[in-house]
Amino acid sequence: MNEQQTNLYRFLIALADDSIVLSHRLSEWCSNAPYLEEDLALSNVALDYLGRARMFYQYAAEVEGKGRTEDDLAYHRNEREYTNLLIHELPINDFAFTMLRQFYLDVFYVKYLQKLSLSQDKMIAAIAQKAIKESRYHLKRSEPWIIQLAQGTEESLNRILVAKEELNDFIGELFDMSEWEKSLAENGISVDRESIKAEWQAYVQGFFAQSDIELDSVELRVHGGREGIHTEHLGHMLSEMQYLQRAYPGNEW
Amino acid sequence: MTQTHDNSTDNLEQKLAEFEQKIADEQKIEPSDWMPEAYRKNLIRQMSQHAHSEVIGMQPEGNWITRSPSLRRKAILLAKVQDEGGHGLYLYSATETLGITRSEMIEALQTRQAKYASIFNYPTLSWADIGAVGWLVDGAAIVNQISLQRTSYGPYSRAMIRICKEESFHQRQGYELMYEMAKGSAEQKQMAQDALNRFWWPSLMMFGPHDTDSAHSAQSMKWKIKRETNDDLRQKFIDQTVPQIEVLGLEMPDPELKWNEERGHYDSGEIDWEEFKQVINGNGPCNHQRLKHHIKAHEDGEWVREAVRAYRAKQKPQADNQVA
Ligand SMILES: [Fe+2]
Ligand SMILES: [Fe+2]
Repeated sequence: MNEQQTNLYRFLIALADDSIVLSHRLSEWCSNAPYLEEDLALSNVALDYLGRARMFYQYAAEVEGKGRTEDDLAYHRNEREYTNLLIHELPINDFAFTMLRQFYLDVFYVKYLQKLSLSQDKMIAAIAQKAIKESRYHLKRSEPWIIQLAQGTEESLNRILVAKEELNDFIGELFDMSEWEKSLAENGISVDRESIKAEWQAYVQGFFAQSDIELDSVELRVHGGREGIHTEHLGHMLSEMQYLQRAYPGNEW
Repeated sequence: MTQTHDNSTDNLEQKLAEFEQKIADEQKIEPSDWMPEAYRKNLIRQMSQHAHSEVIGMQPEGNWITRSPSLRRKAILLAKVQDEGGHGLYLYSATETLGITRSEMIEALQTRQAKYASIFNYPTLSWADIGAVGWLVDGAAIVNQISLQRTSYGPYSRAMIRICKEESFHQRQGYELMYEMAKGSAEQKQMAQDALNRFWWPSLMMFGPHDTDSAHSAQSMKWKIKRETNDDLRQKFIDQTVPQIEVLGLEMPDPELKWNEERGHYDSGEIDWEEFKQVINGNGPCNHQRLKHHIKAHEDGEWVREAVRAYRAKQKPQADNQVA
């Protein structure tokens, strides 16, 4: 791979990792949600992100050209090789945390994928065009949840505020550009994340205002995902996710 | 209200006669139709049990979602478990047409007044179990549900027609998973054999006791809630499944499974009815775990449902103001 291909490969892996890790977390709600309807809805969002991960991994494998498969990439890289942004890997905590993270990410992806769908890379543009429809729908579901929880009971509001506090440290990384991502953005392949930050902030602030909640300033605080420096949670997730592939290498499933 | 006692008895007899005529004519009973109280109760029992089975079944299969060994299989499993939850929702709604609420049904489940398929009280211990559940458990469910497509209660019949299509899909996917493992490495083949051995008997038990020992069978057959007997359905399942085991190249889970030329059916060994009783009565390997899981999710979600109620209550006066 030349430098541009290496950058492209890293970019695709990063987006795939973001998706698979969030999908894993969302799937943990299955049979544990407050309503049967939410078991189904959260599984659905998990499936959408799983689909995204597969498209990015498959394309990454193709760019790499070593004959690896989507499963090789998902199941045979360790925690230092995973490059997802940290917000995706945080445990599901309670329903307020899960929905607030989802709301933040839905707003982010609606804006990010909008730009990514204009990528010079046809394949990336096509994936983004499919994914943005899903994210728009996800946002239509996460928004009413934030409103209901923020304006429900004292307890539900309090849980939203606790979640907001915890997530605050991890939002900044969404808008942080690595060197290789910058170079791809200059070539019209990836998106300048920093350019979305103000829009994201304005949207979330405006939305929170309906419920008299304030958004703290968005700054780069905890970060390192793109360099493979994670929270302690990712290792446990991967040991669960990769268990069969690791225990029985070389088997087809 | 001015009817005399005699009149209402005549009335009741006439209604019952009309009802039974409808059943005899293979007409569907609809929610707004008059029906005997025992018919209603019998249906609520059977349909809510069916709904609970779909929902509790999400647990043993959900047990492997985060450990699925390939992304493709993960997507298939997640979608399947989601389908089962959807079946649960659909069946709860269909049961509500009989004048009971979903929360009443859930309470009956959690207080052990209502049952669910006892197959889900067995654990899923290896990845091959996910194949076995799809192939055998959905397979057994289909045999039962195809028969129930002709059940006399309209909403139940329509639910079965709709659900059956998805169950067939699940069964094919489960069998395909088993096939891959049975034809895979020695370790995978062993997992497949072990899964078949463990799920075979509980799958046969899904059809319930022998006809001679079945508490609800006679009345259910008479009202055409059930259309075929437990033993007939079980035989159908055995007959369709044995050749599938042969294709997998696995050993028969019951040494007495043999083709009987005279009967035109497979003979099989006797089910361990003591185990059946134990599991039905709450002493299976996972009975406690399944209910505890369901209750915990329900209790953990209480603050969410409370918030939703509080939010709606706050919206209501505003809506009223807008009207004024
Ligand atoms: Fe089902
Ligand atoms: Fe099914």
